[in-house]
Order: sequence, then C-alpha cells, then structure tokens
Amino acid sequence: MRNASHCLRAAAIASLAGAVLATASPAIAQKKYDTGATDAELKIGNIMPYSGPASAYAVIGKTEAAFFNKVNAEGGINGRKINFISYDDGYSPPKAVEQARKLVESDGVLLIFQSLGTPSNSAIMKYMNAKKVPQLFVATGATKFGDPKDFPWTMGWQPNYQSEGRIYAKYLMENHPNGKIGILFQNDDYGKDVMKGLKDGLGDKTSMIIAEVPYETSDPTVDSQIVKLKASGADIFLNIATPKFAAQAIKKVAEIGWKPLQIVNNVSNSLGGVLVPAGLDNATGVLSTAYYKDATDPTWKDDPGFKAWSEFMDKYYPDGNRTDGNTVYGYLVGQTLVQVLKQCGDDLTRENVMKQAANLKLDLDMLLPGISVHTTPTSFYPLQQLQMEKFDGTRWQRFGPVISGEVGG
Amino acid sequence: MPAPSEEMMEAIAEPAVPEVSAPRLVGHRSVIFATLAIALVLPFLVQSFLTFQLTLVLVYAIAIIGLNLLTGFNGQFSLGHSAFYALGAYVAAMLMDKVNFPYAATLPVAGIACFVFGFLFGLPALRLEGVYLALATFALAVATPQILKLSPLEYWTGGVQGIVISKPDAPYGLPLTQDQWLYFFTLLVTVIMTLLAHNLVASRTGRAMMAIRDNPTAARSMGINIALYKSLTFGVSALYTGVAGALGAIVVQFVAPDSFTFFLSITLLVGLVVGGVGWIPGAFFGGAFVLFVPNFAESISKGLSGAVYGVMIILLIFMLPTGAAGLVRAVTQRLRGQNIR
Amino acid sequence: MELLLQQILAGLATGTIYACIALAIVMTYQAIGHLNFAQGEMAMFSTFIAWQLTQWGAPYWVAFFVTVAVSFAGGVLIELIVLRPIQHAPVLSHVAVFIGLLAILNSLAGFLWDFNVKPFPTPFGTAPLFANGFIDAHQAGMIAVTLFLLAFLYVFFRFTRVGLAMRAAAHDPVSARLVGIRVGWMTALGWGMAAAIGAIAGMMIAPVVFLEPNMMLGVLLYGFAGAVLGGLTSPAGAVIGGLIVGVIENLAGTFIPVIGGELKLTIALAIIVVVLVMKPQGLLGRPVLHRV
Repeated sequence: MRNASHCLRAAAIASLAGAVLATASPAIAQKKYDTGATDAELKIGNIMPYSGPASAYAVIGKTEAAFFNKVNAEGGINGRKINFISYDDGYSPPKAVEQARKLVESDGVLLIFQSLGTPSNSAIMKYMNAKKVPQLFVATGATKFGDPKDFPWTMGWQPNYQSEGRIYAKYLMENHPNGKIGILFQNDDYGKDVMKGLKDGLGDKTSMIIAEVPYETSDPTVDSQIVKLKASGADIFLNIATPKFAAQAIKKVAEIGWKPLQIVNNVSNSLGGVLVPAGLDNATGVLSTAYYKDATDPTWKDDPGFKAWSEFMDKYYPDGNRTDGNTVYGYLVGQTLVQVLKQCGDDLTRENVMKQAANLKLDLDMLLPGISVHTTPTSFYPLQQLQMEKFDGTRWQRFGPVISGEVGG
Repeated sequence: MPAPSEEMMEAIAEPAVPEVSAPRLVGHRSVIFATLAIALVLPFLVQSFLTFQLTLVLVYAIAIIGLNLLTGFNGQFSLGHSAFYALGAYVAAMLMDKVNFPYAATLPVAGIACFVFGFLFGLPALRLEGVYLALATFALAVATPQILKLSPLEYWTGGVQGIVISKPDAPYGLPLTQDQWLYFFTLLVTVIMTLLAHNLVASRTGRAMMAIRDNPTAARSMGINIALYKSLTFGVSALYTGVAGALGAIVVQFVAPDSFTFFLSITLLVGLVVGGVGWIPGAFFGGAFVLFVPNFAESISKGLSGAVYGVMIILLIFMLPTGAAGLVRAVTQRLRGQNIR
Repeated sequence: MELLLQQILAGLATGTIYACIALAIVMTYQAIGHLNFAQGEMAMFSTFIAWQLTQWGAPYWVAFFVTVAVSFAGGVLIELIVLRPIQHAPVLSHVAVFIGLLAILNSLAGFLWDFNVKPFPTPFGTAPLFANGFIDAHQAGMIAVTLFLLAFLYVFFRFTRVGLAMRAAAHDPVSARLVGIRVGWMTALGWGMAAAIGAIAGMMIAPVVFLEPNMMLGVLLYGFAGAVLGGLTSPAGAVIGGLIVGVIENLAGTFIPVIGGELKLTIALAIIVVVLVMKPQGLLGRPVLHRV
C-alpha cells in the first residue's frame, strides 16, 4: 500500500515537472507530427486501379512513384524521405474503402494522395473526413471534390469537368452562336459533369444542343452513336469520351463523311494515345483544351521544362510510355504535393497539410505558360484554367487566351 | 400428392453420378465451439482494420452459402448472384438513406425482396439447363449495373454517384467501437443463417434439393415437385445473398453501380469452389480466400497481381479439386481411421 | 427511314464482330464440351502477339499465320498443362480454373504491353463501301473471313474423320474411347483449334475496337449472347445470332426513347433470355436430349 501511494506521488511530481518544463521551453519551431510523419520519413498513401477496367490509369501511380524516387534521391523534403505506399482497388468502391482503411489504420499514412476515380473517392470521402485525414489531390475532375465547407479534408487537382464544360460553352457562344451541338458522352458522372458545365455555361442558349447520345464503357464501339448524331443534323460535335472511345468516334466521323466542328474533351486529346489510332488525317481540325504540355508535341523540344521532364523519365521511369499524357500528369501532381509538404516545414500535422494545400500559388514548368496552381481556403480547385488548341494534322496549335472556367460557389 | 417416404428419399439421394459428398463434422462439435470462441474474442485482440476485413469475410460467407444452396445443393448454375447482392445492398441503402430505416430492420426487408425476385427469376429459369442457365444468370449480372444507373431511377438509386450511408453505433452505450459492434452484429446474423442453412440441407427439403441435382428425372418420378423446389431454392439462395448485400452495404457505408459488376459474381463463384461445393462451412474458407488472397497477390507483385491470383486459384484447384471440403474430408477420414480399432 | 437503314447496316457491321467471337465460342463448346470463359482473353493475348510481330517488322500475313500457329500450340499446351490434371474434377472446378486463366492472361497482357489503346493493322484497308460509308472494306473483309471460317469448320466437322472423332470425343468420351478414339488427343486438338479461331477473331476485331488488354470484355458478352441465340450446337447459328444481336442492340439504342442508349446491353440480353426460355436450344440448335 505504502509503495503504491509512494509511486503515485512520484509519478505526479514527475509529470508536473515535465509539464512545467514543456511550457517553459523557449518557443523554437517545434516539430509536430501526426501519424505517418517522422524525422526520417513521410508516409504517403495512394489508391490506384492497377487491375480492372480502369487499369490504363495506373500509369499515373507508377509515374508518381518514380517521381518520389527522384525526390528521395535528391535528398527528400526538408531531409525526410517519402515512403509512397500504393494499393490496388481494381476500380471497385468496396475495395477502395478497404485499401483506404488499410492505409490509414494499418500502415499509418499521413495522408492519402491522388486516389483515382470518382466512385472510389466517393466511397472513401466520408471516412477520410470523419477520420480527419487529408484526401489530397484526388485523381478525378468531378466537381464535387472541391467543397471545403462540407468536406474540408478533400481536395481535387485537375481542372474540374464542369469548368471544362463552361469553357467550351464560352468558346461556342462567342464563335458559333448559331451552331447546333451534338454530344457524345460517357454515361457516368464524368460525362454528365462535363455536360452540366456546358449547359450551365450556355445559360439560356441550351437550345443549341440538339442531340445528346450516351455510351457505356461496356459498348465495344460507338459507331452506332455517331450515326445517330450525324442523323440529328448537328454541325458541332462535342466528344466527351475516354481515349479509346474518343478515338473510335473521331475515326467513324471521318468514315461516314460527316464534317462537323469537332471538340474533344481534354481527357482524350493525347496525340499518341488518341489521335494516332483515330488517324491523323481524320483528326485534323479537331479542337480541344489543354493545361499541360503534350510531350509528343515537337513545339516543346527545346523547352527547359520539357527537358527536365524528359530527363526524369529517362532516369527514373525508362519503361514509361512517353506518348501517354498521364506521365506528365503524374509528374505535375507529384510536384504539387512536394510543394505542399515543403511549405509545411516541420509542422507535419494533417491539419497543417490541408492548410498549406489551401494556400498554393505555384508555377510548374510542364504547365502551359499562363496556367498556374492556385488555391485558397475557400477555393479547393487548384487548376481552373485551360487553353483552347486546334490540331493541324501534325501537332496541337494553341490559340486564344488562357480561359478560366470558375465554377461559382 | 403423397410426400416421398424416408426410404425413398435415401434411395434417391444416392447420386447416380459420383458427386462430392459433404464431410460430416457432426461429431466434431468441439471444433465448432472452439472456432466460435475465437471468433468472439478476435475483435478485441486485433486492429480495427482487421476487424473490418473479418466482417467482410463473414458477409461474403453468407453470400457464398446462398450460392452454394443453389449451385452446390440444387445443381442450378448461377453466374448472376451479384445481382441479388446488389439488390439487397440497394434496398438497405435506400431505406436507410431516404426513409431513415433502422439498419437492423433493413436485413429482413432486403431478404424478402430478394426472395421474391429470386423466386420470380427462378420460374422462367426452370426451363434452362446447365450452360444456358449460366448464360441467363450471366445476363442478369451484366445488366445489373446498367439498370442501377438508369436516369429515371436516379432519385432513388443515386445514379452513378451512389448512396453514402452512416455506420451505426453500438446500442445501449456498449463499450464497443463501431467496427466491433458491426462485427458482432454480422457474426450473429452469420451464425443464425448458417444454422438455418445447415438445417435446411439436412432436412427432407434438402434431400429433395439434392435429388433434383443428382437425377432430376428420377426425382420427378418419385413425386418431387421439381418446379416448386427449384424456384423456392432460387428464392432462398437470393435471400441469403441479398441479406449479405445489405450487410455489406452497411459495413462499407457506400453503394454504387460499380461495386456490383459481373466480377462480383465471379468472386462469389471462386469462393464457392475454393470452399467446397456442397459443404456449408466451406463458405468461410471461400470468403477468406477471396478477401485475403488478392491482397496477398498484390503484395507479391503489383503489376502482375491478377496473374498471381489466377495462378493461386489454379494451384489450389490442382491440389484440392473439391476445395476446402475435400481437404477437411481427407483429414477427418484420417483421424477417424486412427480411431477405429 | 434512312436512319433505320443506316442503323441496321451499322448493326450488321458491329454484329460481324460478335459473330466472329460467337463462332469461336461455339467452336470451343463443340470441341471440348465446356463454355470457355477465358476465350476472350486468349483471343486478346493472341492479337497482342500478332501486334508485337508487326512491331518487329513482320508483314501482316506473316504475323497473322504465325500467330494462328502459335495460338494453336498455346491452346494445346493449356489443355495438357492446366486442364488435363483436373479432368475428373467437378464442372465448377473447371469454371474456377477458367477464371484463373482469365486473370492470368489479362494481367500478363497489361504487364507486357501496357493498357494504352493501340491501332491494329487491317489487310483489307478502310475504304468505305457504299455511298455513305456505313460499312467499310475491313468490315466486309471480316464478314468474308467469318464465312470462310464457318465453311471450313462445317466441312471439317462433317466430312473429315478427325472432325467426326472430335465431336464424338466431346459428346461422349466413354463411348468414343470404346471405339478407339484417342479422346485425350482429340480434346487437346479441340483446344488448339479453339485458340486458333479465337486468335483470328481477335485479329479481325482489333482494328475496329482498338487493341488493349480489356478490349474483349464488352465483345465477349455480346458474343455469348449471339452464340446462345443461334444455338450452342450450331456454328451457322452463332454467326447469325451474332449479327442479329448487333442489329437489335443498335436499333434499341437508337429508337427506344430516354433509356434506349443506357440499356442496349440489357435489352439485347433480355431478348436472348426470352428466346432461351421459349426455345432453349437457340434458333438453329438441336434439342438436347437426356438419357434417363
């Protein structure tokens, strides 16, 4: 009995002393860590579809892993190495939930970075916000992931789909106010999100749209949809499709002798990945928007930013497919994360990570000139600018000003 | 129509073609109790995340039992169980989201809805055999995500975006985390449903089901109402998978069309085969296999995780063509052999 | 009216894709008595091999025939290594093995050749036929190849001893053995042929849908539908079934309001289910009789 109370008293005195010392210590920049951050490393979680129907996007995860290898080889961030833990969810929401929980609860990551796909991100959004773990720079343009009021721990990165739709609307109203628009769209949130942006942007001129034809990812071809669109009498064709279907569409449009003004959305404007399969002649005259430099475009041959990216690919991701725009995308987002972590300094709490993420003003050298990354505590859309471009048969020619497609509220 | 007598049933139950006979663990109650005891204690010993995974294993096990009843015990080949799982999940999600239904009450509703749907689907399926039935159920599985995405239904189903639901807290202020409570809730449901399935299979109805599987013509001439039994089995099977779906929705807290593709049907089928066709407890082995092995495969090689998974399935079938059931049977026979003097 | 005609033509064009793969499925079914769910992936893998050969400089027809030969050998090997050991296992175990095979092939293809879309050459060119260009030279060529294959298979199964032996082995292995047929070899041969035909189907389909590891998933579903509609015992039925599925799918998508586009697959499959229920052996199939 006596021993116990003696121990207790000793413990009480010790803790009191400790508390006094702690508060009395000078206010030097203290290192503050949440789970996943230590003096030596930063654990970054990631979920990508390495298998399943969306496996084409896994390149992004591989590029990011390679990029973080480069960062580590060059000394890390403020002396800490990045431990990039990436899991496969097969584009299945329940699996995404499982992997997110594994990363947060079992692996103890500081944040989850670039989880891919709207369904997967929708599935984990509530969990991440409840657990107060950053769901940072999600790899999808769905507009709902930039809502700081309701989901303060979730942030997107790429120009969201509605912004893009609005920009097309702006362009069409200025340049083809009497046009008749026919739309091919993927029948999911991505396709519908772009369309919503277009319709919002057109305002009371939505009557310009005379045909909206959906397709499913399970459809082998979109030939039938293109036939239907031609029959509608449209003279503007908006192609909201993922690369394979966008290529099929462009090819079919040419084959049936239809000559509308074609706009293809920026998910599918890769020269090597879409236009070559579609046929370069068939794709001549197609318009699109871009926010980063197309690595297959000879315009950038001597550009320092391109050279830096090219060296990165040579050294750290030699197997990477350079005609795939996703390798540039992954490089850019990786750089953005590195900037956020640098800005955190020694305060590596999750709260500070989000704070710094909401405080970005960043120029990256593979972004098109005039486009930069910009966030504020009320604007969780890091990239909102796009530039129009036209394919001349050999390369994309950008034209016009950098347009901003801010989504209100 | 007089009910078939006990002797007749025994005679019919003798398969015309050698089939896998379920290993009888009846004497090994100690094994069952030990397993149950471990299951009860586990969530307090392991991380929350593992508890979550184990809950999912139980959910898959219930779904696999459902599939087993139809395919293993009744011989009706189904590739469409992802549809019933989806139906159960969406019924639960819609009730909780739109009407604020208590989560526990969604299970019976989901079950009944799936029973009706399964029974109705089973009726025209009566005319289909083997590979044709497989294809019809395959059609059902493929159509399900598309139906869930239909625009006219979007208000109810949430369309492509799906429905997010909240996890329940432990009732009566019990000192359990959400994960632990859900685990125990799921465990309770699992135990009840496993017992019911076991009783069903061991009963006269169960023997009728198996008779239909082994020799439908003989069964019919013995007076078994094939149409009724086959449709009822479809309904019960759908009920089980639907309840599993509802539980799954609550555990994952999210339903979306992409969660219920044809690949889910394949997963359940693999789980069924791995566990052992025609053996109820095999569902637990199967559920564990389909949850943990893909993770294991991924840890071996991210780029080739699918290939590793495929190789593991094939190797397992090579070594144990009749799944875990075969292994357990071999072990119990050996043990019994040692006990016989 | 013009739209209707155009959609029918477009449907026939897509339907030839389904007919091609349906033929491969029926062929496999006739040769081995099982539905091979890995058929699509095997075809896809073969097509990648062909693509790789053309990337290494081989002219198209060289790549074509080498791929067919390699696929034939591959099919035989799969039968010997993967399926022979489990030949006495229950049917469901076979299905599980097919699933495993599917996973391996898909994953391996993605690993070796990545998931980006690649154009695949066609020997027929893409010049549009007919004034409006709704069918082009390649699609016409595809129909021609499919019909040629159909004729070849018909002759093979009907009029050659090997063909007859194969059918016997698949239909009733026990009796076939009693008559002196080497059932094991017949099954292996059947798999080889199935793989070869799958390869041809894949190489015909790839120029239209573009080559990537997941290219066969969508096509396979419709292919199964076509095969079932036509009757799993009838190669001609498979071709006709595939064409019909293509047309139905297109017309449904075009003319059913609101949900037509979203439900194309479901409608096509629903029709198939209805046909099955009313006529389970398909349009041209022979009724299956069970001995008591």
